[in-house]
Amino acid sequence: MHPVNIIELLLFVGLLLAMTKPLGLHLAAVLDAQGKTVLDPFVQPAEKFLYRLIGIRSTDEQSWKRYTVSLCAFSLVSMLFTYAVLRLQHLLPLNPQGFGPVRPDLAFNTAASFTTNTNWQSYGGESTLSYFSQMAGLTLHNFASAAAGIAVAAALVRGISRHSVKTIGNFWVDLVRTNLYLLIPASFIFALFLMSQGVIQNFHPYVTAQPLDQQAAAAQSIAQGPLASQIAIKMLGTNGGGFMNANAAHPYENPTPLSNFLQMLAILLIPSGLTYYLGRMLKNQRHGWAVWTAMLIMFLASLSVCWWSESAGNPRLHALGVDAAEGNMEGKEVRFGIFDSALFATVTTSASCGAVNAMHDSFTPAGGLMPLVNIQLGEVVFGGAGAGLYGMLVFIVLTVFLAGLMVGRTPEYAGKKIEARDIKLCALALLILVCTILGFTAWAAVAPRGTAAITNRGPHGLTEMLYAFSSAAGNNGSAFAGLGATTVWYNTTLGIAMLLGRFFMIVPILALAGSLGAKKPMPQTAGTFPVAGPTFIVLLVGTVLIVGALTFLPALALGPIVEHFLMTTAPVVY
Amino acid sequence: MAVKSRSLFDMEIALPALADAFKKLNPASMLKNPVMFVTEAGAAITTACLFKTAGAGPFLFTLQITLWLWFTVLFANFAEAMAEGRGKAQADELRKTRTKTMANRLRAAGGTEQVSAELLRKNDVVVVSAGEVIPADGEITEGVATVDESAITGESAPVIREAGGDRSAVTGGTRVLSDRITVTVTANPGESFLDRMIRLVEGAKRQKTPNEIALTILLSALTIIFLATVMSLKCFGLYSGISFSIPVLVSLLVCLIPTTIGGLLSAIGIAGIDRLVQKNVLAMSGRAVEAAGDVNVLLLDKTGTITLGDRQATEFIPAEGVTLQELASAAQLASLADETPEGRSIVVLAKQYGLRGRSIAELPHARFVSFTAQTRMSGVDIDGRRIRKGAAAAVQAFAGSLFPPDIRMALSRIGQSGGTPLVVADSDRVLGIVHLKDIVKGGLKDRFDRFRAMGIKTVMITGDNRMTAAAIAAEAGVDDFVAEAKPEDKLALIRREQAAGRLVAMTGDGTNDAPALAQSDVGVAMNTGTQAAKEAGNMVDLDSNPTKLLEIVEIGKQMLITRGALTTLSIANDVAKYFAIIPAMLIAAFPATAPLNIMGLQSAESAILSAVIFNALILIALIPLALRGVQFQPVPAAVLLRRNILLYGLGGLAAPFAGIKIIDILVNALHLV
Repeated sequence: MHPVNIIELLLFVGLLLAMTKPLGLHLAAVLDAQGKTVLDPFVQPAEKFLYRLIGIRSTDEQSWKRYTVSLCAFSLVSMLFTYAVLRLQHLLPLNPQGFGPVRPDLAFNTAASFTTNTNWQSYGGESTLSYFSQMAGLTLHNFASAAAGIAVAAALVRGISRHSVKTIGNFWVDLVRTNLYLLIPASFIFALFLMSQGVIQNFHPYVTAQPLDQQAAAAQSIAQGPLASQIAIKMLGTNGGGFMNANAAHPYENPTPLSNFLQMLAILLIPSGLTYYLGRMLKNQRHGWAVWTAMLIMFLASLSVCWWSESAGNPRLHALGVDAAEGNMEGKEVRFGIFDSALFATVTTSASCGAVNAMHDSFTPAGGLMPLVNIQLGEVVFGGAGAGLYGMLVFIVLTVFLAGLMVGRTPEYAGKKIEARDIKLCALALLILVCTILGFTAWAAVAPRGTAAITNRGPHGLTEMLYAFSSAAGNNGSAFAGLGATTVWYNTTLGIAMLLGRFFMIVPILALAGSLGAKKPMPQTAGTFPVAGPTFIVLLVGTVLIVGALTFLPALALGPIVEHFLMTTAPVVY
Repeated sequence: MAVKSRSLFDMEIALPALADAFKKLNPASMLKNPVMFVTEAGAAITTACLFKTAGAGPFLFTLQITLWLWFTVLFANFAEAMAEGRGKAQADELRKTRTKTMANRLRAAGGTEQVSAELLRKNDVVVVSAGEVIPADGEITEGVATVDESAITGESAPVIREAGGDRSAVTGGTRVLSDRITVTVTANPGESFLDRMIRLVEGAKRQKTPNEIALTILLSALTIIFLATVMSLKCFGLYSGISFSIPVLVSLLVCLIPTTIGGLLSAIGIAGIDRLVQKNVLAMSGRAVEAAGDVNVLLLDKTGTITLGDRQATEFIPAEGVTLQELASAAQLASLADETPEGRSIVVLAKQYGLRGRSIAELPHARFVSFTAQTRMSGVDIDGRRIRKGAAAAVQAFAGSLFPPDIRMALSRIGQSGGTPLVVADSDRVLGIVHLKDIVKGGLKDRFDRFRAMGIKTVMITGDNRMTAAAIAAEAGVDDFVAEAKPEDKLALIRREQAAGRLVAMTGDGTNDAPALAQSDVGVAMNTGTQAAKEAGNMVDLDSNPTKLLEIVEIGKQMLITRGALTTLSIANDVAKYFAIIPAMLIAAFPATAPLNIMGLQSAESAILSAVIFNALILIALIPLALRGVQFQPVPAAVLLRRNILLYGLGGLAAPFAGIKIIDILVNALHLV
């Protein structure tokens, strides 16, 4: 644990903290249909044009049901569009490498993956997809799915902050405004910055390079493409789908320490800002910061374990003469090293980003356990763009419900009484994630089609499958790797897991927004459950950890936990 | 209904409860409690495993697991049966009051007939004379009587019941001590107040309260999650080359699902109503008890709740040139015929000034003028004197001249102090002032302070003028008051508070309180009140003590806290159970995981058995807590939360580590595995 790493971490957390309020204020303006931002003069004409195109007025509001239908319809249509683009890419322009059509199962998986903000990459970007497929088919979703996530979070926050109303906002307005006022301008600036660091942005055919030592290697084809434009939104929108198969470990995607640092920061920026937005909308900024602090505590805890474990390295390799001081460098980009890899892994799985700059498969068991746990907790540690906040709000409601009784009142959150219907909806959101992950992994573990794809026997193989379905259902998209998941079975099951994990979670959450929004508020008194301050933070962290840990501990015990003990104490090699 | 308080495990209740615990094993009745239903299903599955030889694990181990699983279900059933049994015992005592009585029913044609009380129907009219038992609930339509209601209230002093006004309701089973009354029956047999109370405390018609339903949903969801966890674990085991036996998986499942709160949830609810009954308060539904915990505003009548019934004369203030004796004498004369408590208190006070007691009989030539709403004075015309006492404005009009300055000063001083001045005048000569004062009940200020700390606002309602109201409000320490309140103001106030999202509790007894009682979230009717008031409220206080509202709120809160504490404890317990069972399940296939056994449990089987035993024992250990409720302190929510989390959250996290370890040592010492 080098002092430089500590300084980098402090800088990282400090910058995140510093940007939370300004971004939260901007989000509050963007997510208010009548909000004023500095971008108004430039963007308003486009906004008005788009409203005319869709046929809505900015003042229109939707009930939770109509909001849900709009979101699902939009997602379905855009998913079909992407499926079509992938299947027909050989007929479409911008295909200098002349890639053929994408296989049906792979196209389904990819379309589901990008529609759900998962960005699981069953395909190899530079070896399967044309520039057009990447830009039109995928980058579209990078913007749209991120905006949809933010929209759902905003709808839920509106449900909580409003009272005695039937409407929770307008999906189309949220979609348009989030893109025009936030994602597109921010991505544009970030893309320019990335280009300054050396991220490429072109439509050239791939370059063939002749190695100096022609005996050792044949000519290499070096992929090209419009990277910067996709990378910017990939991080800001917590998408994570890289242009290249190697994702953020590729020098074209992530060329410098600065680009690496700011890409990590970009992942957590919007999720962090949304906590401020929550506090502002509930007129309880201390609550917003309490949620932020709870997230930070879990983030630092997870990072510490991962960092410690990677620094400690693998004792078995040390026994074979590998320098223990190096830590576990297997599967890591030497440009980044232990700390930046551990931090990146923690950031990308805390949020539902899924971009990677190191192979999680090659982490030590405890180091790899942490990203997996982050995903299984529901990616509520800052979390995905929007998805993190709405996931966390489910936990907040559960925390308030479980512990709230202990103040001698029936539980209430933000002045809303939490009743049977609300608990039912929260429980549904929780159940869908658990059942999808455990159900599919259990199936994979006993089905020959499932186990055939793993490249490591024993506990590590189980971890690979568990990670894949956790990543899919959690809409993370990072791969543990080591799993040959490009089979029809995996493409289909993972695709279904992504859709379940996204839409079967969003529907109860929007219903919750509707239910809370319709309630009458109760005044806050000294007898009200306090949703700020250390007690609440401890309770929230406790609830997330206990509910998450209790659910997944048995599965983890047979995977990374057993593996850890096998590595440290057992004589057997698996 | 002099409810005797019972020890927690009274054998009279515990033995039948034990039998009920077995009866409740019927899966159809278990279904309403999903957590315990799953536990019972688990017990049934391990029982089946006993008869299967292959792959079911060692017989003795499975047998013990099976037995403890059944115990777990039985303990939960026992808790519920205990709570119900305590209710039934109270119901039986209530039922004893319903002796077979005969009634004198008025015939439509005139005259009376003797009929059995069971034959009485609504709107029948009966006549009850001294020494007879009132045969049914009803309203007095004629007459006044003293009634012994000790059978219902446990209060031995007889009460007066009279036709008209707010004290006209009589309850079946009470006894008329003097006089004779005509009563119109208001309830059919089986529907009387007493019958409803019996049904309620017996739990026959118990419905889950809203919060209980929400909690059941959450507990069910947790159960489903753990089912998924355990079932998937079987598959992961197969992948890892371990075949987890069914008894082991069932043990894990039962330890993980929240059996502690699941098993005790209904007992907590029943016990909540039960605790109210012990305070002589009958809640018409569990929902009302729950609402009591949520109340934000307490609407308190000044008279009877905050002050001791009536105003008392405390001081004579003579006008200049009038002696104290003279004033006292005149005041006494003017009050002799005044039967109001204020009037009587003046006579009593006058005696302290050495005046001998006079009675009306001594003064045959006196003409007493009684109080009317128009004159707002009372007094006496005697020996050419016209003595009057009354409100300042009325007496001034009577005396026909402005009061002297010293009187005016005294008047305003008394007004500001919240007292009521009565001016005494002899024709046009003002003699002085009688100072009437409200006596605030002791200990209230402290109590209101604690309510404030809990975020509960207290509002005093009074018909007094603003100044009087303000002074009493300050003395009693209430947060707010409504002066010069008319009955409809109460209703308006409740509606206003409710519109702002607050829950309102109030007490009332009169018919004109009925709308407000019905509108309030917790409406406590006094047993002495009218039938209409009792029908409108959702609780009845048999002691007719309005101050009890405060205790009702505390009991409501206590019930919710108990529920929350046991839920937290139940979930926190799971952590230790994991540390007992998961290493035990891994150790055979992966000996390297030995360090996970942080409790140092001696063998895999004893670890699993110990966790299951702990899970069963914690349930029975917590039955007293569930029935008594956790200790309640009136402090701000943040403090309460911190304290309960330390106790039940951290305690629930740590205690099972010790508990399971001790059981493991015993299990091995006794060679149970």
